[in-house]
Amino acid sequence: MLILDPEVDRAMREHTESGYPREVCGLLLGLIEFGSNRRRVAASRPAANLNLERAADRYELNPADYLRIEQEARSREMEVVGVYHSHPDHPSRPSETDRLRAEEIWQTSDSWSYLILEVASGRLASRRSWVLRQGVFAEEDVQILPFRR
Amino acid sequence: MAVTVKIPTPLRPLSRGKDSVQVAGATAREALEGLERECPGIRARVCDEKGEMRRFVNLFLNDEEVRHLQGLDTPLKDGDILSIVPAIAGGMEAGLAESRRGRNG
Repeated sequence: MLILDPEVDRAMREHTESGYPREVCGLLLGLIEFGSNRRRVAASRPAANLNLERAADRYELNPADYLRIEQEARSREMEVVGVYHSHPDHPSRPSETDRLRAEEIWQTSDSWSYLILEVASGRLASRRSWVLRQGVFAEEDVQILPFRR
Repeated sequence: MAVTVKIPTPLRPLSRGKDSVQVAGATAREALEGLERECPGIRARVCDEKGEMRRFVNLFLNDEEVRHLQGLDTPLKDGDILSIVPAIAGGMEAGLAESRRGRNG
């Protein structure tokens, strides 16, 4: 389960709508509750999409942004718990491209949360979250609750 | 040289949950060998069978990618920080953007 602070929900809506019709991406910072398999998100951070040529349907999250954001997470005694990206005018479910690139990172381990936001005609239409397990994406519930340590 | 290797979330199952590991090495390659001794199996996630960086992994020496320096032969100093950074990417099915543009004119 992915639990988003309301401010995170708002910030991602703003980021993905303002980026339309391009794909935009970012990272989710928070805490993982081991045992209950819940990730609680305190903040989202936009990251640059390096795939400028194909930004309409591809994203490559700037690794320098990942490094910077992960350092921020460590300084706040949190960690990167997921990635979000937008699908302009396309459903909020992972593509085979999403799956292949995630599998490259996670191999057979369970992944962090992959949150996909569908932006239709410039407006957020849906938001669904997915976890890669043994190479297959399974949907997870998303709740909106204020973040508390 | 005594350096710190920062471990990203996806690789922490191989570092027993640790987000950083202290290793010794004169080059990035030697530091990864030291990391492998501490965390067996982790080097294969960073390097391929030929010992070169995998395409979808980045390695930073402090704030610079080693690809832009001397690759895995990049020399290290005491106190350097090597950060393993996953290449996060994805996108919609091939050809979808083109079909959308066709519909929208």
